[in-house]
Amino acid sequence: MSDVQSPSDDVRRFLARLTDRNASRGPEPTWITARRQAGAARFEAMGFPHRRVENWKYTDVRAIARNDFAFSDDTSFSPATAAALTLPIEAHRITFVDGVFSAALSQLDELPAGVSLLPLSQALDENHEAVGGPLGRLTGVEFSPFAALNTACMEEGAVLRLAPGTLVDKPVVVQFLSRANDAPVMSHPRILVEAGARSQATVIEHHVGEPEAANFTNLVEEIILERGAILAHYKLQEAPLADLHVASIHVEQGRDSRFTSFNLNLGGGLVRNDLITELNGQGAEATFNGLFYGQGRQHVDNHTLANHNAPHTTSNENYKGILDDRAHGVFNGKVVVKRDSQKIEGYQSNANLLLSDRAEIDAKPELEIYADDVKCSHGTTTGQLDEEAVFALRTRGIDAQTARGLLTLAFAGEVLDQVGLDAIAERVERAVAGKLPERFNLAGLVETAAVLDEMAGD
Amino acid sequence: MLEVKDLHVTVEGQEILKGLDLTINAGEVHAIMGPNGAGKSTLSAVIAGKEGYEVTQGSITFEGKDVLEMEVEERAQAGLLLGFQYPVEIPGVKNIYLLKAALNAQREARGEGEMPAPEFMKLIKEKIAFMKMDPSFLQRAVNEGFSGGEKKRNEILQMLVLQPRLAMLDEIDSGLDIDAMRVVAEGINSLRSEERGVLLVTHYQRLLDFVVPDQVHVLVDGRIAKSGDADLARELEARGYDWVVEESAA
Repeated sequence: MSDVQSPSDDVRRFLARLTDRNASRGPEPTWITARRQAGAARFEAMGFPHRRVENWKYTDVRAIARNDFAFSDDTSFSPATAAALTLPIEAHRITFVDGVFSAALSQLDELPAGVSLLPLSQALDENHEAVGGPLGRLTGVEFSPFAALNTACMEEGAVLRLAPGTLVDKPVVVQFLSRANDAPVMSHPRILVEAGARSQATVIEHHVGEPEAANFTNLVEEIILERGAILAHYKLQEAPLADLHVASIHVEQGRDSRFTSFNLNLGGGLVRNDLITELNGQGAEATFNGLFYGQGRQHVDNHTLANHNAPHTTSNENYKGILDDRAHGVFNGKVVVKRDSQKIEGYQSNANLLLSDRAEIDAKPELEIYADDVKCSHGTTTGQLDEEAVFALRTRGIDAQTARGLLTLAFAGEVLDQVGLDAIAERVERAVAGKLPERFNLAGLVETAAVLDEMAGD
Repeated sequence: MLEVKDLHVTVEGQEILKGLDLTINAGEVHAIMGPNGAGKSTLSAVIAGKEGYEVTQGSITFEGKDVLEMEVEERAQAGLLLGFQYPVEIPGVKNIYLLKAALNAQREARGEGEMPAPEFMKLIKEKIAFMKMDPSFLQRAVNEGFSGGEKKRNEILQMLVLQPRLAMLDEIDSGLDIDAMRVVAEGINSLRSEERGVLLVTHYQRLLDFVVPDQVHVLVDGRIAKSGDADLARELEARGYDWVVEESAA
């Protein structure tokens, strides 16, 4: 990389923003100051990734690098707009506006015993040492220039802790709202989840905002699952179309833990997601479900990695991409089986649907196996809508637009069928199939289907 | 009801139909027969609006409307329905979704509201029993993994639910065993009424033992070479097509 070069103007501009921000900050624990310095130094040394770096080959980040983003302190947000954007679901909710914690838009007063959900700033105030241990342990400054930049700039985020044996009654929603500002802003949120042994929860990370927003979110999320912990993690990324979004989720899984990820990406102009799990204990299981839908000139890059570090671990991945107009998608899924990680199972599948001639996908499944008694498979396919099927539906009186929506939805179905939360499934269905005419009322169809199931059972 | 006049159709630069005339009145069942390659499937495909067929001359009107000016879905909404020789598999789209979306699209086109769920359920239950199909079919993706016979039954099921004004069935009998043939034939016969027409395209006479046509046409080299009643089909079964081909060449 560019270690030997002097930092670019782009890097200097970001570091100057950081220097100003540091000057305005009050005193911090020394470990935080030290991490900021380490992050800044690493970011300066690496610079923004360019396309000659294998890991960033298909994703051009100049839209971020060449811009100038301020830090934000403003949490004002129209309550009506916020209400319209918020997922209609009973939940414990923590909300950030341009990365800044908004108490007004959060609901944290009904947390059951054994559950702690705090903004990072408050968790640090209460006991910074308890945060300093796990924070940054999975995602260090070496991970990427963006992780380094995040470490240098981090201020706020969510800390979720589950005591051993806790079952969380409602989903936990971590909501990020992006505002239409006069000048673009950046935020570097952290999410830290520590799930104690045999605890169980559903976390929904929801990114959404005002349509005209054009901000940069650079998120680092670390999730630690102790023995037997079960976590369903939904990332519903519906950021405004001019938002720039770089995020990593790094999971560490203990023995018999189960992590199920739904990585649903519908929004954002430039999106890069890294999802990594460390399967460290026997019996640990990870499921990666992914759906990305790009239109216009959206760019969506998903990198996933399952590290089978222990025997008898399982990973299962199914990603589907739908790309329209001039959208560009990237899928890079990797399964690594460490030496002596015997009896593991690692399955990976990726299918992509191109709805336009100018849409593009770069898909690369990878397997690295250093053990000999394993079951692994991987594959990727890319195709267009089946025009014969479109015709067949039209010959039954269904108009072309609905026929295409129906078939596109059918393509996404394999992933959507796994989504257990109706509020999320419906939002994704609507985004993917377009606004279908009333007569093609999915909810009605699902009901009808359910009645028929009963009928068949008579 | 349907009037085809002097129809010339070209596929990939080759003329397949060369001046075909056909009139179907309400209440009639017509069968089009003929040797392979005569253009039998082309006629129903053109009427349904399949791409890749160029009409170079002639006209098709359905209840006074110019069919060639209509979109594929508009033709279906007007009541022109094609049963495919090779029904397409549509992974991920359940039969029940297709039936409901199609029925409501047609009702909407006629200015009727969506059919209430209980009424829809009753209709589906009745038709699926009539076709001797298991209700679990409805939950399966359209034609996916269906046997040839199951696909054909499914085409007829769609007809029974959608109740077209003119049902065009392209070689609906191919690949059917005798039991399936009976069920399919009963389905077609149940569509017969004073207001409806049926156009059967078939290579073999066997189906016509079960669905007795009012008129039989023999298509040779892109034109109707001979027309008659059900007896003509039996004669063709006994004598083959060669004599008609020779007659028409003469």
